Amino acid sequence: MKKDKTMKLSLPIEEYMGPGHLACQGCGAALAMRFALKALGPKTAFCFPACCWSVIDGPFPHSSLDVSIFHCAFETAAATASGLKAGLEMVGDKETTVVAWAGDGGTFDIGIQALSGAAERNEDIIYICYDNEAYMNTGIQRSSATPYGAWTTTTPVKHFKSRPKKDIDAIMAAHRIPYQATASISYAEDLVKKVKKAKGIRGTRFLHIYAPCPAGWKSRPEDTIKLSRLAVQTGIFPIFEMENGENCVLNIKVKERKPVKDYIRLQGRFRHLTEDEVQRIQDDVDARWARLTKMCGA
Amino acid sequence: MKKVIMGNHALSWGAQLGRAQVIAAYPITPQTQVVELLSEMCASHSLDAKFIKVESEHSAMAALLGASIAGARTFTATSSHGLALMHELLHWAAIGRLPVVMGNINRALAPGWSIWADQNDSLSQRDTGWMQYYCASNQEVLDTTIQAFKVSEALAIPSMIMLDAFALSHTYEVVDIPDQDKVDAYLPPFRPKLRLSSDDPHAFGGLTSPEHYFELRYKQQKDMERAPALIEETGKEYEKMFGRRLDLVEDYMCSGAEIVFITSGTAGYTARVAVDALRQEGIKAGNLRMRVFRPFPFAIVREIAGRAGRVAVVDRNLSWGCHGIFYQEVKSALYGHTNGLPVFGYVAGLGGRDITPQTFKDIARDALKRKLPAEEIVWIGVKR
Repeated sequence: MKKDKTMKLSLPIEEYMGPGHLACQGCGAALAMRFALKALGPKTAFCFPACCWSVIDGPFPHSSLDVSIFHCAFETAAATASGLKAGLEMVGDKETTVVAWAGDGGTFDIGIQALSGAAERNEDIIYICYDNEAYMNTGIQRSSATPYGAWTTTTPVKHFKSRPKKDIDAIMAAHRIPYQATASISYAEDLVKKVKKAKGIRGTRFLHIYAPCPAGWKSRPEDTIKLSRLAVQTGIFPIFEMENGENCVLNIKVKERKPVKDYIRLQGRFRHLTEDEVQRIQDDVDARWARLTKMCGA
Repeated sequence: MKKVIMGNHALSWGAQLGRAQVIAAYPITPQTQVVELLSEMCASHSLDAKFIKVESEHSAMAALLGASIAGARTFTATSSHGLALMHELLHWAAIGRLPVVMGNINRALAPGWSIWADQNDSLSQRDTGWMQYYCASNQEVLDTTIQAFKVSEALAIPSMIMLDAFALSHTYEVVDIPDQDKVDAYLPPFRPKLRLSSDDPHAFGGLTSPEHYFELRYKQQKDMERAPALIEETGKEYEKMFGRRLDLVEDYMCSGAEIVFITSGTAGYTARVAVDALRQEGIKAGNLRMRVFRPFPFAIVREIAGRAGRVAVVDRNLSWGCHGIFYQEVKSALYGHTNGLPVFGYVAGLGGRDITPQTFKDIARDALKRKLPAEEIVWIGVKR
């Protein structure tokens, strides 16, 4: 006799994202949205700057989301969201959560001025950056979120990216906003919990979600979750949260970090790297991990 | 209530009387007094608005687009480089059919740094899809701001209101400030047909294929074509309520004139002084001041200019490698409608060089002795 198994749902069952979206197979950004919306719920309004999601949602007159979206200019997500929140309040809607939803290019690069301005003013918005570490929508060009060593179409293997990824979380911490966190699609419960927590706080909230891109990383679509988890377990993308730029808490504690090699070798974008270059990445991750754990008192 | 106020404050008063709900602005000389007074108005709650003190003009316009799609009445002011920085979002506002109202202090562009009057800043935004008003007095600035909200919101097309740097922005004049209840009767609250709401989810501005984009632009132009009549209609309504008519153009003694100046901004008032002086000398001059430049008021320009002996267009701007911009547009409007009418183009006052009654006298003398312009661009007052 087969025993009835009961499973406790660890995520809200509600879905606000339809299946007709245009994301690629294994898209981390699509999962990030699906999870985030479970926490945000229907009283949400998005500002999408130019990014993969300006395409994923679907062409006019279609949309795959059950919430409102205002498509805005590339560099303006945070500013547009600031105005949208102010406008909604002025017409009597104090309830809707306004979310700027941008890629790494729109956050780390072209949108950083507007983001910094909004954060300094402590605008009552949630800013979510889904980070796939390059301009993927335009065809895999390097951004300042692209890590050291990576191939992109503008950092060919003979001239791969020689500078490390910009530390956007430290930049946001310097703004002393009420809440900021990193999250990963491979730790969905943590992600949903953080979006819910952010939703309950007033002022500028910043979430940085790691979102693998098989097309741009030259990885297998079925490895997206694995890569995302390895990024956490190697310490490449630590999962933490902060309040007012302080009180850093490491949410996913990794007792024994896996070697970065395990993560690197699953991706074609790092295929050209020598052992020495991979070691350089390992040394950098070790140093950053030591700094972070010290800051978190872990 | 009559008050002696500067041109910049006339914009602030216009925004307050118009009950702007979201303001986002960044300071730039010579616009600063507009936002300083608005800050005070918001702080003292004489204006119930949210004022977002953004980190750039680009973000100012972006924020207003967000506020406008939510259904809030929006206002900002800028000048010159600030306007240039907004360029991308000026398109966004117009194509997005978001009726933002903005004051722009006409100021020259650098380098070398110049803070003085010049229209190249706003005229290089000519094709962004905004309505453009050029004002000649502080009263007109205030009245136009109120009217612009009404026209913009009816058509879902944004408006830009121009003031010459210093000549108007910093000049104090007596301004009749209308009563709030009368303005409320003239200008009802902003109630857009479409707005973003979490109760009725929609995506605004998503990927639009060639199957749809063309028709959306056709509708935008068709609504722009409704603007001249609507400006006249709301201008007459304004006259009934406030005693001041707001027309597309101002006709000053053009009837029977042997020479008609076509002007804009403060030069349009200077031209009236010159017209009086020239008439005393026996020269029948007139002045057609273009208050509205976009939409281009074809019919009235053809009607008034078409009756003149000759036309002299005076531009405080230049399209490099071509002509003064008003000159180009007037010639284009008259072509095929006025056989053989000589149309002359003069460039004067770039970078805030004074345009005086003498400027117009020099222009009249030049134009009246020729059948055709001496050069493609006749420069007035330039040190060669």
